[in-house]
Amino acid sequence: MRLLRLARNDKKGIISGKSLFIQLMVYCSLLIAHGSLLCSDSALAKLNIVATTPDLGAIAKEIGGDKVDVKSLARPTEDPHFVDARPSFITILNKADVLIEGGAMLEAGWLPPLIEGARNKKIQIGSAGRVIGSDGITLIQVPTTLDRAMGDIHPMGNPHYLLDPLNGKVVAQHICDTLCKLDAASCPHFQTNLEGFSRKIDEKMVEWRKLTALFKGTKVVTYHKSYDYFLERFGLELVDTLEPKPGIPPSPTHINALIPRMNEDGVKAIIIEPNKEKKTPEFIAEKTGAKVLVLPGTVGGNEETEDYISLFDYNLAQLAAAIGGGH
Amino acid sequence: MSKITILPLYLVVIFIMGSAHAQTPKQVQGKDDELTTLRSQLEEMRTSFEEMKKDYDVRFKQMQDKISKLDEEKERLEKISKEVVAPVRGGEIKLPSSFQQPPIPEKQPWSPSHPLQIFGAGKSYMNISFDALFDFGTSTSPNVEELERGDHDPKQRGLTLPNEEIFLEGAADPYFKGAADIVYKLDEDNETEIELEEVYMTSLSFPLNLQLKAGQYFTEFGRLNPQHPHQWDFVDQPLVNNRMFGPDGLRSPGGRISWLMPTPFYSEVFLAVLDSQGETAFSFRNEEEDALYGRTPADRGVRSLGDMLFVPRWTSSFDLMDSHTVLLGASAAFGPNATGMDTNTQIYGLDLFWKWKPPTQSGGWPFVTWQTEGMYRRFEAGRDSLAGLPRENLADWGAYSQVIWGFKKRWTAGLRGEFVTGETGNFGDGLRPDRTRLSPVLTFYPSEFTKLRLQYNRDEIQSHGSEDSVFLQLEFSIGAHPAHKF
Repeated sequence: MRLLRLARNDKKGIISGKSLFIQLMVYCSLLIAHGSLLCSDSALAKLNIVATTPDLGAIAKEIGGDKVDVKSLARPTEDPHFVDARPSFITILNKADVLIEGGAMLEAGWLPPLIEGARNKKIQIGSAGRVIGSDGITLIQVPTTLDRAMGDIHPMGNPHYLLDPLNGKVVAQHICDTLCKLDAASCPHFQTNLEGFSRKIDEKMVEWRKLTALFKGTKVVTYHKSYDYFLERFGLELVDTLEPKPGIPPSPTHINALIPRMNEDGVKAIIIEPNKEKKTPEFIAEKTGAKVLVLPGTVGGNEETEDYISLFDYNLAQLAAAIGGGH
Repeated sequence: MSKITILPLYLVVIFIMGSAHAQTPKQVQGKDDELTTLRSQLEEMRTSFEEMKKDYDVRFKQMQDKISKLDEEKERLEKISKEVVAPVRGGEIKLPSSFQQPPIPEKQPWSPSHPLQIFGAGKSYMNISFDALFDFGTSTSPNVEELERGDHDPKQRGLTLPNEEIFLEGAADPYFKGAADIVYKLDEDNETEIELEEVYMTSLSFPLNLQLKAGQYFTEFGRLNPQHPHQWDFVDQPLVNNRMFGPDGLRSPGGRISWLMPTPFYSEVFLAVLDSQGETAFSFRNEEEDALYGRTPADRGVRSLGDMLFVPRWTSSFDLMDSHTVLLGASAAFGPNATGMDTNTQIYGLDLFWKWKPPTQSGGWPFVTWQTEGMYRRFEAGRDSLAGLPRENLADWGAYSQVIWGFKKRWTAGLRGEFVTGETGNFGDGLRPDRTRLSPVLTFYPSEFTKLRLQYNRDEIQSHGSEDSVFLQLEFSIGAHPAHKF
């Protein structure tokens, strides 16, 4: 303030005020730049991987092992469609060697401005370091017409494909290909990890199928259309969602129509993500006798789901405990 | 299959050979005995042959059944795979066998002829969206436009169409992204006005962490100035923004370079160099009466780089714990003004944006934001002997602070408090009175693409008194899915 007053008394105040401000900014920037350069030249060897969601991050960890650093942007329990484009993500993306996104417009509401801000050539579309998870995945529910009267539908299909473990294998393959391109020396390491990961999933599939045989064909409802791949893979039948249309919260009309339908069809479970309100599902559970199951949609959704495999271990165990006996 | 049909024939041959052998015995004694033995043997052979035949018939039938079953299964699979060949990328077939791993197609190598899908909408070169705002309202003052001075604010008792914008954007090539924002609005006579509000290009991967933006765009000064009216949390422009930047906000043709600093936290510096003239450079070379404070405009033109408008800004952000994010900024704008041949204007601003959003958010709710901006302006007014006005420095300053609480999915409630003040100087135009305003607001979002907003304004205006206004705003947005900056 004293500087400003001084400047005001001076006839040529504008010049000194302006140049002072700009000079201060330049000095500050140089100081900060100098400081951070000094402390940032050690970590060169490891590939810096940024994944938009924790499940993609978990798979990247499986493949990269100790040769990579992995950061996930979205928090495990939050709605992946509505992540805040925090400015800190710009800094993270600026330093990324690899960006793994889910694709299919899962991150359409927040990733584009971050990438624009990050000004990082390595992770632009078409660059070697950009992995789009949905590439090569057969997406379900691809709409034939686009009309938002149908709710906030996904024009490219349902993006929650990682809840089918076999799709996880496809994404792992993509990640491995990318890592091999960027770090050829460690390629054998990545390939071994990929083989191990795929084998583990195949072995687990046998175990999971035994478990799911107990409740195959059981009818369920979900809150949002986020478990469809999971249900299809493990033989559960989706009757309807609590949301009348994607992104539209449950309405009394919809719920009142849903309850008799659920009773008629003998729906056994209401599957919801950890971030969904429980009032509506619990109300419906009371009226239908179906059980409310909170199943994490991604890795880290709770303590038990620390990696990709344990996500399925946990979710299937929950299902088996809730509906495995009665069927 | 052929082996099986041969087998019974083979057995018949053996049988015939056997009977021929039986017809040529060396000893003829006990012919009857022999005959009986032979008969019984023959009978035995016949029955065993019958049994064998039966056995083979059964097996044969089983095998035929199996074959026809396999044929049926084959047909069924073919039918299913035909049904599930969805129009997917790579055209791969989804096999119904649940143990089958989907095939992994080769990633297409990128070539410059491929469209860039920076905004991810998929299959078009350009994203198009349209956003419309409607304001209904009334006020104790009949002259609503004197209270609501922003260009996109409600302007009259009744209905105002303040901002109907078409937004176009897309990557021009691998190096630049282009965007344009064309605004339509109805004036007080319901005549359509068109405004080329923004048109600019942004570099996508400049070296050294630099980014270039060129064209006309809402300059990065503070928090609110770069935002479009439909992104605001209130129906109207804050008083302080109006005092410093006029009804349209600060935007002028020019360019800026920004540098993402190599700090461990987000930090970015901007320097914009803009044309300093016109209504949208309100406090600068603007020959509108509102910004001259009684002086006759000086015909000064651009003589040197010093006659451009310089807008530096620094901003930084920190995540506090898992749920809090803070964004801080300091901005300034320096440039000549039109009241004299060597008169200049300086504006300084500080801004703060804080957001809480818990890790279990769904659909973006719940959240709390706190946004505050303060600005100070020093305006050198030139001497105008004809008007009898001396050279003098006019100081203005003001601030607003607002809290928005997304308390329930689809609902937000908010409160904004603001004030603005200024030295009147020797020209008592009454255009810069001290003003305070308090505005509670309630917004309902039926979806991400529509909103209904109810706002009440309590105005206290120096040497005028108080005014009360109430506004209802409706918004719809169609087209490309919006991406939100923090």
